[in-house]
Amino acid sequence: MTMISVSNLAVSFSSGRAVKHVVKGISFNVNPGETFGLVGESGCGKSTVLGALAGRVKNWTGAFEIDGEAIVEKRSRQQLAKQQMVFQDPFGSLHPRHTVGRTLLEPLEIHGHDQRQERVEAVLRDVGLPARFRHRFPHQLSGGQRQRVAIARALILKPRILLLDEPTSALDVSIQAEILNLLKDLRERENLTYILVSHDMAVVAHLCNRVAVMQDGVFVEIATREQLLAGKVAHKYTQTLLDGSRGYVPTRKGR
Amino acid sequence: MPDLFQPILSVKNLSVQFPTLSGVVTAVKNISFDVGREKVGIIGESGSGKSTTGRAIMRLQPANARLVADELRFEKVDLLAASEAEMRAIRGRRISMILQDPKYSLNPVMTVGEQISETVILHERIGRREARQRTLAMLERVNIRDPERVFDLYPHEVSGGMGQRIMISMMLISAPSLIIADEPTSALDVTVRQQVLTILDDLIVERDIGLIFISHDLNLVKSFCDRVIIMYAGRIVETLDASCLEAAKHPYTRGLLEALPSLDHPKDRLQVLRRDASWAEA
Repeated sequence: MTMISVSNLAVSFSSGRAVKHVVKGISFNVNPGETFGLVGESGCGKSTVLGALAGRVKNWTGAFEIDGEAIVEKRSRQQLAKQQMVFQDPFGSLHPRHTVGRTLLEPLEIHGHDQRQERVEAVLRDVGLPARFRHRFPHQLSGGQRQRVAIARALILKPRILLLDEPTSALDVSIQAEILNLLKDLRERENLTYILVSHDMAVVAHLCNRVAVMQDGVFVEIATREQLLAGKVAHKYTQTLLDGSRGYVPTRKGR
Repeated sequence: MPDLFQPILSVKNLSVQFPTLSGVVTAVKNISFDVGREKVGIIGESGSGKSTTGRAIMRLQPANARLVADELRFEKVDLLAASEAEMRAIRGRRISMILQDPKYSLNPVMTVGEQISETVILHERIGRREARQRTLAMLERVNIRDPERVFDLYPHEVSGGMGQRIMISMMLISAPSLIIADEPTSALDVTVRQQVLTILDDLIVERDIGLIFISHDLNLVKSFCDRVIIMYAGRIVETLDASCLEAAKHPYTRGLLEALPSLDHPKDRLQVLRRDASWAEA
């Protein structure tokens, strides 16, 4: 059984008479417990794909199923709770004047869950934060701690799928390592399915089982982790991205 | 005949202090380094003092900050003793700074051509027509295909990669001998980053000048720079040849390298950096 099955998904935005096709008919399947990566450069449509899966982007065409249910334009609460998003910048994605506790309560209130205090404490423990942190404001936390809160907010509704949009690219290397380890632990413990959007091939190869390389709204290639690590990729663009994450390639000879 | 072994910039025991309500915060503590005709990388995490160092060299620290050093010398100029007028003649002309995001560092209500020309009009007191010719030549040098068209564009009309090339041309038009680049490519996609760095690399070598490259990206600094300075909590913990970065000895540098996911040496779990209070000491 597949957890996410997408066929021929297309998204376009229009302003006035101009229509911009951002995602141009992509299809893929993600198995339960699998991590599927989406890589590509700015503007290739990778975040829009996440937005459509999460229900944020509404004007899509095509068909997709999540956990065996076909998704229509209007989703039920249960369907919306099944996938939750974690955004890139923990500075921008947490309300600056809400305490951590209030931020975490909000999804519970919207979805009408009980045992709220217990759930907040449990989810903070899951992401490795002490329970007293619920009284803090975002500005009293470090970048890594904020991203843990953002992950906790996504987990508190007990989703099956996490949609991760560049979850570590605003963080320092040492903090990135902590968050990547946390995501790996959570995936195993909670049997979660991830879709990870990133521009960093090393991060993608670290976490993902398979990776779709996107360019200009289409998939140019879907590669496995093993193919990435061995450098055996079919498309030239994938190779360019791989080279890029290794650093600068001098084109000039000698100094 | 310039002395080849004479460093362009010489820093000895530089400290930058910020007085706050709860006492003095020292952002940079007693750092010393020289920069010659080479590419020197400064690596550090957020808050390590790398950008403060770059700004202190240009004396662009905030007004309340205190700059202390045994020596801060650029070519023959003592930067500590220089007057504000002397500093204005140095900034942008002999030391230039490239910042992270051209979207924020270019003037949004001035065409890019005017902004670039302004540098030479102010510093070299040449006429508009000559400045325009110089600007067009410089734009061409950074591989902008249609300089006449780009000259009249506003910053919001250009892409990130082109914006950064415009930045580079603005910084190099007055022939500086030291460039400070603070995360110049962090806002760019990898393929664009490669193009921008190639242009920067070529210009640095062609003009035989010095570059201080401030970054948090170990792979990038390792492959782009000649030497690497690693900063932690305002101090220099280690200075290495870029090619020897993998063989770093200091536990902090080792920790950073281990924490990085790698395509060449994949590992199941990343090592988490264990900070040691002694690193922040001398």
